[in-house]
Amino acid sequence: MADSSGFPKPHDVEQIPGTEGWERMYPYYYRFTTDDPKRKAYEESMFWFYDGLHYPEPIYPFDIIWDEAWFLALSQYNTRIFMVPPALGVDHRIINGRIYISPVPVANPEDIPQRVEWFMERAGYYYQNWDELYAKWETKMSQVIKDLDELDIPELPEMEDVSVVFDAVGKSSGYELLKAYDRLIQLGILAWQYHFEFLNLGYAAYVTLLDFCQKAFPDIPLQRVTQMVSGIDVILYQPDEELKRLARLACELGIEDQILADKSVDELFAELKQSNDGRIWEQRFEKAKYPWFYISTGTGWFHHDSSWLDELEIPLASIRLYIQKIKKGDSIDRPLGELKRERDRIITEYRALLATDEDRQTFDNLVGTAQRVFPYVESHLFYVEHWFHSIFWNKMREVSRRFVKAGFWPDVEDIWLLNRHEIKQAMWDLVTSWATGTEPMGNLHWGPEIAWRKGVMEKFKQWNALPAVGTPPETITEPFTIVLWGITNDSLAAWAKGKDGDGSKLTGFAGSPGVVEGTVRVCRTVADISTLQDGDVLVCPTTSPSWAPAFTKIKAAVTDVGGIMCHAAIVCREYGLPAVVGTGTGTQTFQSGQRVRVDGNTGTIELIEEA
Amino acid sequence: MADEHAILWFETCRSEHSPRVGGKCASLGELIHAGIRVPPGFAVTTDAYYDFLVETGLRDPICKVLQKTSSGACVDEVGQEVRRMIHATAIPGPVENAIRLAYRELCDRSGGGDLPVAVRSSATLEDLADASFAGLQDTYLWVVGEDAVVDKVRACWASLFTDRVIAYREEKGFSHENVRISVGIQKMANARSSGVLFTLNPINGDRSKVAINAAWGFGEGVVSGDITPDDFLVDKVTFDVIRRNVVPKPEAYLLVSSEEGVQVRAVPEPDREKASITDEEIRELTELARRIEKHYGRPMDVEWAVDEDLPFPDSIVILQARPETVWSRKQTKAVTDKPKTAMESIIGGLMAGVKVNFENKCAST
Repeated sequence: MADSSGFPKPHDVEQIPGTEGWERMYPYYYRFTTDDPKRKAYEESMFWFYDGLHYPEPIYPFDIIWDEAWFLALSQYNTRIFMVPPALGVDHRIINGRIYISPVPVANPEDIPQRVEWFMERAGYYYQNWDELYAKWETKMSQVIKDLDELDIPELPEMEDVSVVFDAVGKSSGYELLKAYDRLIQLGILAWQYHFEFLNLGYAAYVTLLDFCQKAFPDIPLQRVTQMVSGIDVILYQPDEELKRLARLACELGIEDQILADKSVDELFAELKQSNDGRIWEQRFEKAKYPWFYISTGTGWFHHDSSWLDELEIPLASIRLYIQKIKKGDSIDRPLGELKRERDRIITEYRALLATDEDRQTFDNLVGTAQRVFPYVESHLFYVEHWFHSIFWNKMREVSRRFVKAGFWPDVEDIWLLNRHEIKQAMWDLVTSWATGTEPMGNLHWGPEIAWRKGVMEKFKQWNALPAVGTPPETITEPFTIVLWGITNDSLAAWAKGKDGDGSKLTGFAGSPGVVEGTVRVCRTVADISTLQDGDVLVCPTTSPSWAPAFTKIKAAVTDVGGIMCHAAIVCREYGLPAVVGTGTGTQTFQSGQRVRVDGNTGTIELIEEA
Repeated sequence: MADEHAILWFETCRSEHSPRVGGKCASLGELIHAGIRVPPGFAVTTDAYYDFLVETGLRDPICKVLQKTSSGACVDEVGQEVRRMIHATAIPGPVENAIRLAYRELCDRSGGGDLPVAVRSSATLEDLADASFAGLQDTYLWVVGEDAVVDKVRACWASLFTDRVIAYREEKGFSHENVRISVGIQKMANARSSGVLFTLNPINGDRSKVAINAAWGFGEGVVSGDITPDDFLVDKVTFDVIRRNVVPKPEAYLLVSSEEGVQVRAVPEPDREKASITDEEIRELTELARRIEKHYGRPMDVEWAVDEDLPFPDSIVILQARPETVWSRKQTKAVTDKPKTAMESIIGGLMAGVKVNFENKCAST
């Protein structure tokens, strides 16, 4: 079967020369194995697809922490907490630095009726008390973020402060450093426990509405179902609103030209301090920072995703764009009333088109539930991936500085080449040698290893990841897999056939409807959005709220990563721009200056004219 | 205004007038009343036709000839005989004058000069939802001048007695004697493109869609099916174009000259592969489809044209609307047989998914 399906067996994938031994970079349970016949048979029988949606690049050893975190969290809520009747968790493996995942069904159909009962009781409780439980969630999540923010990563002093003696503290900074690292990791895992507390149920409600609508209206665009339930005042729009407010304030104060002038952030703020109006604006800017500038410039999943706070040039560039718009007389306001009316109109009109009152009643129930759960589906990203992660990465850099100081590795950024379990060991090397007054083994061990791993990561990047391995089931129906990754029989067939080879056509998910032709502008990072011309087609790896100003200029968006719930899709739907998301290789396939046709209804991009 | 016995202007026609003006003209009146753009025109009523039969003494001779069919005479010959009789008979003065007067008024309303018009049969049986009688009678495009109009009105009357129509009536058990016909005279749209649309998806009956077929030139080829049109499926609620199938269109019904009228001609090379309507036209057609369906309260089948002499959106005109006949008779399928709570639906959805999965697993082991 594996042969006829066109997907290789997971154990047959070839090693990339020069990377032999790469498995040790990751936890051992991520390996495909041939050592045990039973495990090998299980691995062969399952269908493993490359999670390019979350991981467009090979994963760094440390960054796998979030993969482990959701491996646990998503799975536990399906399997052990809410008892989703047909679905267990999602299993994970790594091949050549890429994450492969496989949804696990309930093996014995006879277990399902009992699981239905449990699910009704447990999930039912959440659906019924959603608003109250969500309020609690926000409290819990805010506390985790506060704890993280306050977490101190201690220095290791030459001599402990005398207060350790006078207060009879009874423990050292070495112990505190070990504890702080453990605490840091624990908080990260905890944030991801909360991340999934509502997510599976949120998706289940959404998928059910989607299924209902597709039965009633066979060709209804997926994105329109999303539009029926999307929040309009959701937190994800807040950071951008803050930037708009700052742009308006600058114009009101009459300091807009000062802000527009070509100078660095430091120069600008030094200058602003000289005037009263400048100081007013600066204060508002400072106030907006917390928490709204904890916005990642990427998805927040990777150590290299810096936040606005790390790079104030980015929000400043956006403020400048908005000021220019205001000066031109363009509106920068989101038409909230209009968006709400349009959402209500769509719901009312589809509802009226249903065949029977029974259908209308069922539709009302489903829309009501999906609308209640959906703000969570959108808002958790701000709390976890943006706010929490932005702080977390910098705390980890603090940890790395302790190692750099002790000579473990020269560059703070080297720490990402170790996984979290290895860092724990290295931490023991650090504190024991500090305590003993000897040299740590650190650099001897990690120096060559880090250098080798950097080479491996480079080789991994060259590998053209296989879309999937193993044995595809006849039908994939696991709801989270379908919504999150767009895995359907159709997409599988496309994968098995392979990509359209000539680079003139690319397929992704239909993120936002509409068809336009335009000129490609490839923006690899948010810093590149200043190169966008009015009416360009934005081609980028992914977007986040920090990309918001781009959407006021472009005609369509194409991303490498993302499903129909991703930021680019949500924003494009709101602006009425076509979007094709999750293309995998959009930024590699197309070059700035080419003319393309973007079809947001079918999820395709076609080259019309070379640059 | 003109004699309302023989002539009714479209804007005064309503559904209840259909015994006098036929389904086609009555529906044009309804559309105008609903605020839809329809090229102006008038109906020559069934009373005018009746006067023609009675006052010229044609009625009894025609009946006699038609009776021959029941005694086994060939339908071809009978039809030919009746048509010859109609063509050879002058229209009574008051009726003919009313037609001429109305045509001149139509010319005046459209800015004077002889106006090209379409002369179409509007049968009183034709547009019933359960009798697909459409298109069986004659239509004359690009008719110019009073004399020609009068002549084509008579030709439409004669078209009640073509072989096909006689055979159709006999098959359906409709009487030849009681059949009435009205004729619509309508300002010709100078159609750059035209076609038909359904206010549902004719493939699956999905009421949330509008299906548009479009081709270059006049719509006769799309209506009769001898030109393969571009095909668009549009979401009625969101106006998303769900499917667009633009096909090569080597030929079209085009205006050759005033004398030769509309004929099938080759489409200029660069236009063949192009979509025959623009996205904004698709959107406007969808908007009109929504309004027409709302006015009638049921799925409709609509003929339309894009007039190249008019600016968008005035360029989009509706030539005809009638009830859709296939899906209207079927019960639209409900998703659920009883109202379900969200929880019941969620579990139902999860379970339905897994069932397929396990059946497959069982089958393969």
